[in-house]
Amino acid sequence: MSREVIVIGGGIAGITAASSLSESGSRVTLLEKEKYIGGHVKKWDRLFPSFRPANEVLDWAEKSMSSDIEVLKEATITSIKREGDKFTVYIQNDEPVTGKAIVLATGYELFDARKKEEYGYGIYDNVLTSADLEAIFREGKKIVTADGKTPRRVGIVHCVGSRDEKVGNLYCSKVCCVTGVKQAIEIKQVLPGTDVYGFYMDLRMFDRHFEELYFEAQQKWGINFIRGRVSECAENEDRSILIKTEDTLTGKPLKMTVDVLILLVGFIPSVETNKLASMLGLQTGDDGFLLSMDEHTQDNNTAIPGVFLTGALKGPTSIINSIADARSTALQVQVYLKSIG
Amino acid sequence: MKQFGYTILEDRSIDIDRNDQRIREFLSLNDPSINACIGCGSCTATCTAGHFVDFNIRRVHTFLRRGEAHLLKEEIQKCMFCGKCQLICPRGVNMRNLIISINSAIERMG
Repeated sequence: MSREVIVIGGGIAGITAASSLSESGSRVTLLEKEKYIGGHVKKWDRLFPSFRPANEVLDWAEKSMSSDIEVLKEATITSIKREGDKFTVYIQNDEPVTGKAIVLATGYELFDARKKEEYGYGIYDNVLTSADLEAIFREGKKIVTADGKTPRRVGIVHCVGSRDEKVGNLYCSKVCCVTGVKQAIEIKQVLPGTDVYGFYMDLRMFDRHFEELYFEAQQKWGINFIRGRVSECAENEDRSILIKTEDTLTGKPLKMTVDVLILLVGFIPSVETNKLASMLGLQTGDDGFLLSMDEHTQDNNTAIPGVFLTGALKGPTSIINSIADARSTALQVQVYLKSIG
Repeated sequence: MKQFGYTILEDRSIDIDRNDQRIREFLSLNDPSINACIGCGSCTATCTAGHFVDFNIRRVHTFLRRGEAHLLKEEIQKCMFCGKCQLICPRGVNMRNLIISINSAIERMG
């Protein structure tokens, strides 16, 4: 079947790109590897900085998809062929799809916290990731220790898998800082008697209303922020977690016990992003994410005419910025389609 | 002359204009990784010596980068060269090499 544009990846960026393209007159096929569309946003409970439910944004995105968009779920791409201005995407156990342009929106995956063995994820029962905590919130579960008790103290470790050459990721994952502050407040909202400590190197409150959220976390919720990267954790006999860091603001080593430890895991390029990049011969940066033609002026274009990039496959980004990027991609695609006639 | 008991206090600020930057320059020429520190404190947190004596490898390193060379010589004697600071550093600062080089730098500079 022939469509004008093939969007690969049904996360928030892919959905928005597809609906923007459809709204502006293109016939779109959206390919998604999972059984559902919605990507990471579907797994999140509430969003920073306003605590709005993630569902609201996803519902909006899905509602803005016209019925003209053809959505193929559980689509595993086996190869992509380009002949002149025509692309053919071959899908396992399905008919190939053809189009004049391809938008890649295959996004990211979360860093595997087990790689930072010194934090004990997957070894100690009371060490969770930010995604695990989000699932607890989303499923309406209680935050409890492995023994089913209410934690008296929760620690939150920033920059897990980010800004760390020891795991090969020198880049900042951008959204973990504010996620950590958001989750700290959310813990206090459900467990007001629990003390929450955040361990950070820098708190990068770069976007609108982020700094205010940090201010609220300190002033309204009494969350403690300690400036120091956690060097290691050990499990106590009662399965609580002993953490070590330096309190760099006093210049002394610091240790403390927490009942639950949350690791703010960063972004890595998704398997699918890597796969498609090598299939199409696209350039990746030294951080492993895809490179556009020009990060300032042609950030949705690639060296291959008709292949476009959108969202977190170009590096860590927020939902807000992914949506904006997807719309800008749609515009660039329309300009391209017009140019080839 | 009448003594009023006033003394002139030594200025305790770090004076970048007057500090001796030669050791830092020498060391960073040999190993630019010393400039990559972001002050996260992982090194101090994991330092065995620093848990028992007044020794803070991150501060030593920061003093070095500010040209506070007079503090270095005595401080680095407390290091046990175990290398844990280097293993944990998220920026790949070659801390162990740095401590060893400080000694030879001090000797060279006199």
